[in-house]
Amino acid sequence: MEYKDYYKILGVPRDARPDDIKHAYRRLARKYHPDVSKEPNAEARFKEVNEANEVLKDPEKRAAYDALGDQWRAGQEFRPPPGGGAWQREYRFSAEDASQFSDFFTSLFGGGFGRGSEDLFRQRGQDQTVRVQISLEDAYRGATRQLRLETPEIDKHGRMSTRSRTLNVRIPQGVTQGQQIRLAGQGTPGSRGAPAGDLYLEIDFLPHHLFRAEGKDIFLRLPVAPWEAALGATVPVPTLGGSVSLRIPAGSQGGRHLRLKGRGLPGNPPGDEYVLLEIVVPPAHTPEEKEEFRRMAKVFSFDPRAKLGV
Amino acid sequence: MVETTKDLVGVVLDEALTITLAELSDVCRASDQTVRLMVHEGLLRPLGERPDQWQFSGAQIRRARRAVRLQRDLELNLAGAALALDLLDQIDALHARIRTLEFQLGPHTEE
Repeated sequence: MEYKDYYKILGVPRDARPDDIKHAYRRLARKYHPDVSKEPNAEARFKEVNEANEVLKDPEKRAAYDALGDQWRAGQEFRPPPGGGAWQREYRFSAEDASQFSDFFTSLFGGGFGRGSEDLFRQRGQDQTVRVQISLEDAYRGATRQLRLETPEIDKHGRMSTRSRTLNVRIPQGVTQGQQIRLAGQGTPGSRGAPAGDLYLEIDFLPHHLFRAEGKDIFLRLPVAPWEAALGATVPVPTLGGSVSLRIPAGSQGGRHLRLKGRGLPGNPPGDEYVLLEIVVPPAHTPEEKEEFRRMAKVFSFDPRAKLGV
Repeated sequence: MVETTKDLVGVVLDEALTITLAELSDVCRASDQTVRLMVHEGLLRPLGERPDQWQFSGAQIRRARRAVRLQRDLELNLAGAALALDLLDQIDALHARIRTLEFQLGPHTEE
């Protein structure tokens, strides 16, 4: 396993005072807490920071860690001292805490299980949250996702190992960005027969080439020709449920929103699809095409900049 | 070791779901009293007058769990956690709005 430099993780010197450690932890926890942070790898960083704090804030654990000496470098291959060290007996952790910590941590401080009365260490498993990326089509129709989960486990000797599980999960139709799905009892297993934690799936939409979702509503940019906008037209429009006909009123301008009621993500009530008209000017390549625009310029007495006062 | 199970069906934590005070406490691994204090602080807004009539929506479950984690991990008090959650919600809503508006602006070229 790799040696962890807890001082470096918290960015404090080896002789830092308890107060410095507390402040360094708070600052980094605010920065990397998965509920607050938008930083990449926030969760992994937060676990490291939390683990470093767990050791350095406790005088006994800190002393045990310091006793390893200061010759170690972060990431260096580490072998625990023979016998596990006298301090091992002193610490006990719940399954929730221990599953958060690294091999390095558990080799030093153990898991604390296997001593004392059995019931004392019955611990409900930890809740897990997993982000699941799905397409808008999946959200519209519902889908099944196969998830591979790494579940930390602690054996009766207090050692940590990782078990891989594969779950097939049903994503119901009509889920929205950021929404969570709770799977009771599918989190980390409990210790000594205690119930498992719960598994939460957090929905994350993949970018779509046509649509953008906000809540249950769907947005679409619809290109229209100038004559369709001017004269009115009925045009086909894509929706998540397939193509529908949309009547564009005569005299429409670009930037106008038209609403297709109930054509968003399904639900009670379902969302709507908002269609933003985008007037596209046809390129004039041939002499005939150019002549047509010149004729329009003559026929229309039109100043698009009338309101700019220029 | 690899283990496969059948299709699992979960519960979507949306507005259609409502749960009681006891259920929410259980889901959050928090005491009744903790949830009552969160309601008192205005951090959670259940339907119903008295605690035994309270109905929490699915979205409140996520909020309550976040509040528990923020208090524990960032050493915030209840008011601090409530403020953080309100601001985080506002930021999320603003980000969503910005992304929609950028989408509506469409691909544009710079001069």
